[in-house]
Amino acid sequence: MKKTKLKELYKLKTYSNYILLAAALIVFTVLELSGGLRRSHAHLMAVIGFSVILAVSLNLVVGFLGELSLGHAGFMCVGAYIGGLLAKQLTASMGNQTLALIISMIAGGLAAALFGFIVGLPALRLKGDYLAIVTLAFGEIVRNLFKNLPWFGGAMGLSTESYGTKLFIIAFIVAIIMIALMQNLIHSKHGRAITAIRDNEIAARAMGINVTFYKLFVFVFAAFFAGIAGVIYSAYATPVLYSYFSFNYSIEILVMVVLGGMGSITGSILAAALISVLNFVLQSNLSGDLAALKYLVYALILMFVVIFGNAPALKPIRDKLNLHNLKVKIFALFRKKQDPDVVLSDSAGWDAIPTKIPMDSVLSTDVVPSESSTLSPDPRKEDSTDGK
Amino acid sequence: MSFTTIIDGLSLGAIYALIALGYTMVYGIAKMLNFAHGDIIMVGAYAIYSTLLLLDLPVLAIAVAVVVCIALGVVVEKLAYRPLRGASPLAVLITAIGVSYFLQSVAQLIFGAKSLPVSVMEPNTIHLGDFMTISVSTIITLAVGSAIMVGLTVFIKKSRIGRAMIAVSEDRSAAQLMGVNVNLIITLTFAIGSALAAVASLFYLMQIPSTSPTLGSMPGIKAFTAAVIGGIGSVPGAMLGGILLGLVEKICLSIEVIAPYTTAIEFSLLVLILMVRPTGILGKQIKEKV
Repeated sequence: MKKTKLKELYKLKTYSNYILLAAALIVFTVLELSGGLRRSHAHLMAVIGFSVILAVSLNLVVGFLGELSLGHAGFMCVGAYIGGLLAKQLTASMGNQTLALIISMIAGGLAAALFGFIVGLPALRLKGDYLAIVTLAFGEIVRNLFKNLPWFGGAMGLSTESYGTKLFIIAFIVAIIMIALMQNLIHSKHGRAITAIRDNEIAARAMGINVTFYKLFVFVFAAFFAGIAGVIYSAYATPVLYSYFSFNYSIEILVMVVLGGMGSITGSILAAALISVLNFVLQSNLSGDLAALKYLVYALILMFVVIFGNAPALKPIRDKLNLHNLKVKIFALFRKKQDPDVVLSDSAGWDAIPTKIPMDSVLSTDVVPSESSTLSPDPRKEDSTDGK
Repeated sequence: MSFTTIIDGLSLGAIYALIALGYTMVYGIAKMLNFAHGDIIMVGAYAIYSTLLLLDLPVLAIAVAVVVCIALGVVVEKLAYRPLRGASPLAVLITAIGVSYFLQSVAQLIFGAKSLPVSVMEPNTIHLGDFMTISVSTIITLAVGSAIMVGLTVFIKKSRIGRAMIAVSEDRSAAQLMGVNVNLIITLTFAIGSALAAVASLFYLMQIPSTSPTLGSMPGIKAFTAAVIGGIGSVPGAMLGGILLGLVEKICLSIEVIAPYTTAIEFSLLVLILMVRPTGILGKQIKEKV
C-alpha cells in the first residue's frame, strides 16, 4: 500500500518536469506554426531553452556534487565558438541547416566535455574555494584564448548562421532529453554516490565510492550540456562575442541555480525561465544607465534569498514559512490518513545546501560522557570485597 | 625585458598585493571569500573622483576614500555577512557576489556606465642614465606599497590586536575563550582590508587615470588569484603572490608575441601552482581528519 503511494508520488514528481517543458514546447510550437508567435517572443523562448540547459547542468555540479563552479560560461563559450564555426561550414556544404546544427551540437558538446575533463583534473586535488577559483580562472582563460586565436574572428566576434525563430523547438527538445538523462542518473546508484560525495566525501570514499571517477564524470557531463547550450546560443546570436561569456554570465547561471534551490531540477527550470523573462522585460524597458537597475534587482534578490534561507538567526521564521512543509500539509489534507513516511526526497530545500559535516565536533561531543566513567569507583574492587 | 619592465611589474605587483592582503586577511580571520572586495576599490576610485571634483586636493581625496571604504567595508560586513556567520561557506560566497553586483549597479546608477577621467597627479618621469625611464607614480606606488606591507606585518606580529587576529584565525572558539572579542576583530579586519583597497584604488588611478563601475572587477579577480597563488590566509603569501603576478603580467605584456594571451597565462599560472601545491605557495597544508 505505502509502497505504491510512494511510487505514484515519485512518478508524478519525475514526470512534472517533462510535462512542464513538453506543454510549453507544444503550446509555443503550435503558436509558432500558426504564425501567432511574435518574433521577439520566439527568440525569448530560445533563450529560455538554453538557459534551462545551463542552469540544470550547473545544478548537477553545485547542487548534487556540492562543488562550486564559477566558470560555467567558459564551457558554453567553447561550445558556442566550435559549434558555431562547424555549423557554418556544414550548412554551406550540406545545405540542411537542422542536420548541421545537430551535428555541430554534438561536436560542440564533446569539445566542451574535453575542457570539462581538463578542469576536472585539478578539481580532484582541490577543495571548495580553491576549486571555485580554478573554475573562474578556466572561464577567463577560455575567453582570452577564443578572443585571440586566429580562426574565431578576434575581437569582432565569430559570425554564425542564424537559425531563425524555430530554434526554440530544438532547444526545448535538447532540454527534455538532458533532464531525462539527469533524472535517471540522480535516481540511480550513481546519483546516490554523487550526493554521498556532497554530504561527506571522506565517508563516501570509505564506503568504496570512486570519488575520482564521479567528480570527473559530473564535470564532463555538465560541460557537455553547457557546450550544447553554447551551440544553441551561437545559432541564436550572431556574431558570437567573447565578452558575452564573462564571469558575470557564469554568476547569472549560478543565480538561477540558487534561486531555484540547489539540488532541485524543477526549481532550476522555473528559475531559468523566470530570469530569462525578467531579463527580456527589463532589457526592453530599461535603456542606458537605467539598465543597471537590472543588476540591482538581481543583487537584492540574491542577497535576500540567501540571507533569508541561511541565516542561523532566522531559522524559526524559515520553519514556519517552509514551502516544503506547506506542501506536505496540503497533500495531507487530501489523504485519509496522514502518512509521515512520505517525504519527497530530492526537493532539497535551503537547509540542504551542501555543507561538509564537521566531523571533529560530532566526534568530540560523543567523547565527553566517557570522562565521568573513569571517576566512578572501579567495579572490580567491589567484586573482590564481596568475594571476601 | 628591460629594467623598466621589472620596475613596472613590481609596482603593479604592489597594487595587487595591497588588494590581495584584503582578501587574504578576511579569509584567514572570517573564513570567507569576500568577492565584493574588488568593488570596494571601485568605490574608493569614485570617492577620489568626487572629492577631486569639489576640491583639487589629492591628499584630501585619499583621506576621504579611505574613510568611505572603511565605512563601506564595516557596513557590508554588519548587514550582509554577519547574519550568515555559521552558515555554509557557499551561502556566504553567493551573498558576497550579490554585494558585488549591488555596489556595481549603484555606482552605475549614480555615475553612469561611462568611464570618467580622474587625474590624481601629473604624469612625470625620471630619467636614470640614458636607457631607463621610470614614472614618478611607479616609484610612489612601490615605496608606499612596501612601507604599508612592512607596517602591516609588524602590526600583526607585534601589536595586541594583531596577535588577537592571529589567534582568531587559528582557532576562533579558543580565542573567544581567552577573552578576544571576535566580532570586533572581524570588523577590524574588514576595516583594514578596505583601507588597503582605498590605497590600492589611488595607485590604480595613478596608472590608469579613469574610473568606471566595473573598474574593480578585473583587478579584484587578479588580486584574488594572487592571494590564492601565495596561499590564501597567509599575509606574506598575499604579498609574494601579488608581486609574482604583477611581474608576470608586465613581462608578458612587454613580449609582443604573447602579449594578447597575458590573461590566459596569468590564470594558467594559478592552475599550475595549485596542481603542484593545492593550498598555494605559502599556504598551510591541512590534513583531512575523520
